[in-house]
Amino acid sequence: MQKAQAPSLPQTDRQRRRHLVWKQMKANYFLYLFLLPATLHILVFSYWPMYGIQIAFKDFFAFKGIEGSPWVGLKHFVKFFESPRFLTLLGNTLSISLYSLIAGFPIPIMLALLLNYTPKQGLKRFTQTVSYAPHFISIVVMAGMINVFLSPRSGFVNTILGFFGVDPIFFMGNPAAFKHIYVWSGVWQGMGWSSIIYLAALSGVSPELHEAAIIDGANKLQRIWHIDIPTIMPTMVILLVMNFGSVMNVGYEKAFLLQNSLNINASEIISTYTYKIGLQQAQYSYSTAIGLFNNVINLVLLISVNKVAKALSGSSLW
Amino acid sequence: MAEAMMKRNTKIHETKVDRVFNVVVYVLIALLLLLFIYPIWFVLMASFSDPQYVNAGALLIYPRGFTTMGYKMVFSDDRIWTGYLNTIFYAGVGTVLATMVQVMAGYALSRKDLPGRSIFMLLFVFTMYFSGGLIPFYLVVKELNLVNTRFLMIVTGLASVYNIIIVRSFFASSMPVELYEAASIDGCTNQRYFFSIVLPLSKAIIAVIALYCLVAQWNSYFNAMIFLSDRSKYPLQLFLREILLAAQTYSDPSAVQGDAVAAAQMEIMGEVIKYGVIVVSTLPVIIIYPFLQKYFVQGVMIGSIKG
Repeated sequence: MQKAQAPSLPQTDRQRRRHLVWKQMKANYFLYLFLLPATLHILVFSYWPMYGIQIAFKDFFAFKGIEGSPWVGLKHFVKFFESPRFLTLLGNTLSISLYSLIAGFPIPIMLALLLNYTPKQGLKRFTQTVSYAPHFISIVVMAGMINVFLSPRSGFVNTILGFFGVDPIFFMGNPAAFKHIYVWSGVWQGMGWSSIIYLAALSGVSPELHEAAIIDGANKLQRIWHIDIPTIMPTMVILLVMNFGSVMNVGYEKAFLLQNSLNINASEIISTYTYKIGLQQAQYSYSTAIGLFNNVINLVLLISVNKVAKALSGSSLW
Repeated sequence: MAEAMMKRNTKIHETKVDRVFNVVVYVLIALLLLLFIYPIWFVLMASFSDPQYVNAGALLIYPRGFTTMGYKMVFSDDRIWTGYLNTIFYAGVGTVLATMVQVMAGYALSRKDLPGRSIFMLLFVFTMYFSGGLIPFYLVVKELNLVNTRFLMIVTGLASVYNIIIVRSFFASSMPVELYEAASIDGCTNQRYFFSIVLPLSKAIIAVIALYCLVAQWNSYFNAMIFLSDRSKYPLQLFLREILLAAQTYSDPSAVQGDAVAAAQMEIMGEVIKYGVIVVSTLPVIIIYPFLQKYFVQGVMIGSIKG
């Protein structure tokens, strides 16, 4: 590309390669400039906080700073594991997220198959557009809608139940109902959007396969089972792994908004608890320890599920 | 088209199972449409109805006692105006900057001839799966003196690793390496290559990323809730939370019995305002998005390419 103006020619292979890399770096300085803002952002807002994780093993005092605070070992972790809340929090976190996963995973696939087999193109497109709409409702508004819809007096859910002679139910005040509300409102909001990726995968199914199957007398159910599902299997596996990887990251923003004093026993999850302990009660070290516990479990889950997926089907995240 | 041919074929060979299948498809689609449209219709209808009927749960299919009182109250509420203006500012400035940062980073990472590219990728992707957590993040923001600043609202959303990966996949699959090689042999510099060849070909990806950033900014409330204390800086979502969820306990019938009239009054007005507020805050997005749908969908598709 440019004339090499190295004063002394590189001797060994290794030197020559290093020289080449250096040249390439210099030629591409512009690209590093492009990477600079994002890298800085990641370093400051993602990696710098990781340095602060050490306060999980310290008694953090603001006036002493992160380095100056004394080490206390696993004190905060032990405190968390021994607290009466621990099992409830872990139970809520796991049950809500596994429930979301089990309900939220197959439904978009079914929706995609359904849309794929809708005979009228116009109807298909209309249904798609309508089903994506809830994705654009903000979490705050979504929580507000859930509250008004389920209100015992004015909500339409109770009005409809009233026709069947059911007395008004105060859903939001019922701890047993929380999980179902959380999960199914999430399914409502996300199913259309999540189906896009499967629709894309389905459009990659070769038409010849279907033609051949039709000639052989296969009906649509058989074609779904033997042609469509196997084709979208890799997509399914990858998404399943990704979903498992976020098992401990339950959408705390939504859980937080749906909480009230009556359902708190069922709706408090680890991440909302971290917020309350940390920022409302200012127990920084304790909160960081709880958050770290959550993060590590999450990472371990992701890595193990990815391994299993790789062994079983050959598709994996990395 | 092969698809059309297939359709015709199916008609000829339609089995009994297939006929039942088609009926089931139509029934399910109808149910789905009802499931998606009704809640949104209910909000619209309730926002135009007399609070008396709304509160009594007397609405089902059409609005009753048509009134725009709810909207009058919503629009006379300063919080809505302040919130809207702030959100437009955060979303506007934030989207422009974030799109620039993310497209630049994604493009650089897509170039296979960039030494150290995999190190940068690792650095970026790791943060998707592990983070310092809430308090360490809070301490950093505090250390930077960004608590209660408008700047923070914009800066936190600047680098979304997920978006950067979408950009990278887009460029990796749509800009062949040969193109750059050919250009550079002709003496084209990196700068010139990017600005006069890559950029004009990347309108689609820029639209996708800008929309993603816009929606993210529009919806976010958590950082604002943690870091902002001046109400004059609140984004719309924070005020919405106040209006929609703060009076939550009033929905509990047993709580209302306690402080009688005042609470009942609050409840009547509260419900009407809630529906109006939902419409006012959500309708713009719901109306605009079908026109931009293809970009959103494109984003999902590009994101699904592994590379």
